[in-house]
Amino acid sequence: MSETLEALQEDIAAGRLQTDELVLNMGPQHPSTHGVLRLELVLDGEAVVKVIPHLGYLHRCFEKHAEAMTYPQVIPYTDRMDYLAAMNNNHGYALAVERLMGIEVPERVEYIRIIMAELQRIASHLVAIGTFGMDIGAFTPFLYCFRDREYILDIFERTCGARLLYNYMWVGGLSHDVHDGFEKDVAEFIRKFRPTIKEVNDLLNYNKIFIERTANVGVLPPDVAISYGCSGPMLRGSGVDFDLRRDDPYSIYDRFDWEVCVGKGDAGTVGDCWDRHMVRVWEMEQSCNIIEQALESFPEGDITEAIPKRIRPPKGEIYTRVENPRGELGYYVISDGSQNPFRVKARGPSFVNLSVIDEISRGHLIADIVAILGSVDIVLGEVDR
Amino acid sequence: MESLLQSLLGDNLLTLVLYCALPLVFLLLYALLAILGEVKISAFMQDRLGPMRTGPWGIIQPLADVLKLLQKEDVTPARADKFLFNLAPYLSFMAAYAAFAVIPFSSQYVGADLNLGAFYFLAIGSLNVAAIMMAGWASHNKYSLYGAMRSVAQIVSYEVPAAMMLVIVVLFVGSLNLQDIITAQSGPFWNWMVFGGPKADVQLASGEVLGASWTNLVFLPLFLGAFLMYYITALAETNRTPFDIPEAESELVSGYHTEYSGMKFAMFFMSEYANMFLVSAVTAILFFGGWNSPFGVYLGDIWDAQWLVGLEQFGWLAFKGLFFVFVIIWLRWTLPRLRVDQLMYMCWKVLIPFSFGIALIVGFLVVVLK
Repeated sequence: MSETLEALQEDIAAGRLQTDELVLNMGPQHPSTHGVLRLELVLDGEAVVKVIPHLGYLHRCFEKHAEAMTYPQVIPYTDRMDYLAAMNNNHGYALAVERLMGIEVPERVEYIRIIMAELQRIASHLVAIGTFGMDIGAFTPFLYCFRDREYILDIFERTCGARLLYNYMWVGGLSHDVHDGFEKDVAEFIRKFRPTIKEVNDLLNYNKIFIERTANVGVLPPDVAISYGCSGPMLRGSGVDFDLRRDDPYSIYDRFDWEVCVGKGDAGTVGDCWDRHMVRVWEMEQSCNIIEQALESFPEGDITEAIPKRIRPPKGEIYTRVENPRGELGYYVISDGSQNPFRVKARGPSFVNLSVIDEISRGHLIADIVAILGSVDIVLGEVDR
Repeated sequence: MESLLQSLLGDNLLTLVLYCALPLVFLLLYALLAILGEVKISAFMQDRLGPMRTGPWGIIQPLADVLKLLQKEDVTPARADKFLFNLAPYLSFMAAYAAFAVIPFSSQYVGADLNLGAFYFLAIGSLNVAAIMMAGWASHNKYSLYGAMRSVAQIVSYEVPAAMMLVIVVLFVGSLNLQDIITAQSGPFWNWMVFGGPKADVQLASGEVLGASWTNLVFLPLFLGAFLMYYITALAETNRTPFDIPEAESELVSGYHTEYSGMKFAMFFMSEYANMFLVSAVTAILFFGGWNSPFGVYLGDIWDAQWLVGLEQFGWLAFKGLFFVFVIIWLRWTLPRLRVDQLMYMCWKVLIPFSFGIALIVGFLVVVLK
């Protein structure tokens, strides 16, 4: 918080300055609420007294719909939750049903899933980084990020025909094997992509103005982050060393050599907007490492052999969680033995991460709210489901 | 120029109107060029092509934009203060255009050759604040109000260092007349203020002689600093990145002109672009020799054609002005935006003390060296 603001607040507290609060509706149509989120801001001049998020403008009853669908029919719905990370959403749901049925998927499927999930993580982080820059007022890095995201979407399109909502990871396997030349395409992308990280660092992340705007803004202390259940870059940005890919290993992440990135407070305080942002930047490099290692030992094989003819899990329940680009995505699936799930509950990271916004926004200026919201990186499709 | 018009049309009101409208013609052409420049420059900086469909290489895109604005519905919000709401955009453009009166486009054309030119420029520039305030208040929209409040705070603050930068040059030249300031820098480019001012005695437009010698080189670092600071304040006064806080798109939608559409929006737009050229031209006039050729000679003089000299001088001023406009656009697509308190900090705690410091030193040196 700035000195001026503190002095101002002192004056107000001492009754030397008479002010009245102003309620400002930010959204649901607003350039920087990243979708149809409405933030009710209670303002004292430029300073924020309270932030009340209003949700539900994009609610599509995912969980109720899932009860009327067969198990494979739910997968396209999961695509539409976090639409920037549809691969990861598919992955989590497929894992849940597979564990419920006790299916072991072939090696090749595991490898393809990991590569796809990590490519999707890069694509998703590119959107987060680009739009965060745009929230701060830098327009150009946004287009550089989207240019590189396009290469990833092209790879996805060549493999499964879709660019955004893939329905790719099925229970027990995949919808298609990868296209010819997939390995070459991915390796080529990694080669092209690494310099972009440096470019974005030069242009945006270490820009003096950018650091001024994001360092020491929206500081989320580790204990608050844990008590609110934050996850993903939001949690790691606060310096908590926790990543489901390492700490609750699923798929074959334990075979690869990579690091969990945590915020260190290089520019300001640990847990500020800059830390959260930089965790995403560093994670993209780690994803590149994972993909490169996966490509080195990419096995041959049949991807369809474990796909069951009839998906009818035995009675039981399961909670499976995966590390989405935005944090912990959990699926709680209850089976009553029929071909429709009895209940599918999704635990969305964006929804949980958003709940902390009031806590970390108080006392900041309007411009900081935009920075904080951008650094939380929500996708409304998943907040509302 | 005035005498040319008089000889063609006679000494009547029409001559006067035409004489005053000349910068408007330039301004409209410049606005079209600047709109195209903005979209094309931003496109090239961002790995895009920009508009390509309207005409070859998209060059008539600005005309299409203007046409679109012309046929748009002119909405006035139901609860707006109609009179002020409708007045504001025209007042804003008027303020920008009125400042062009004292801009010397060449040694032969200046709208009003005021002896208080620099002072008039500062004074009329402040009028824009009233228009912005009017627009923000009359729109009956909280975003507009916030934008207007920020804008007023910003422009009022940044006028102080901007005025000090003008004062520095005025102290050196000893005249508030912009033609005097330009003639003081006549000759080759090393006579420009940014390089320490004239290196030999020069006769000003008003007839007085400004004594100068190579010792003026001591002013070089001071004027260079003054130029950079003036340019920064100019960015702030025109509400451009990194100081585009009043219309910060990601926070305030588009600030004080959120509720405006159609031609009224176009008026604000024109006023922004006019202001951009205005501050760029004044930067050129104060520090880069205005309409002076950097080589110190004109083709018109060699060929003994006075009308060509005027045209060349206009060309140099337009070139310098457009170059600074280009830098403004360049910065816009490169830098993020400051926050409102950082902006105020920069003005009151950095620029103002430094500008007063430079002004003191320049004043002292002027007294000592003369």
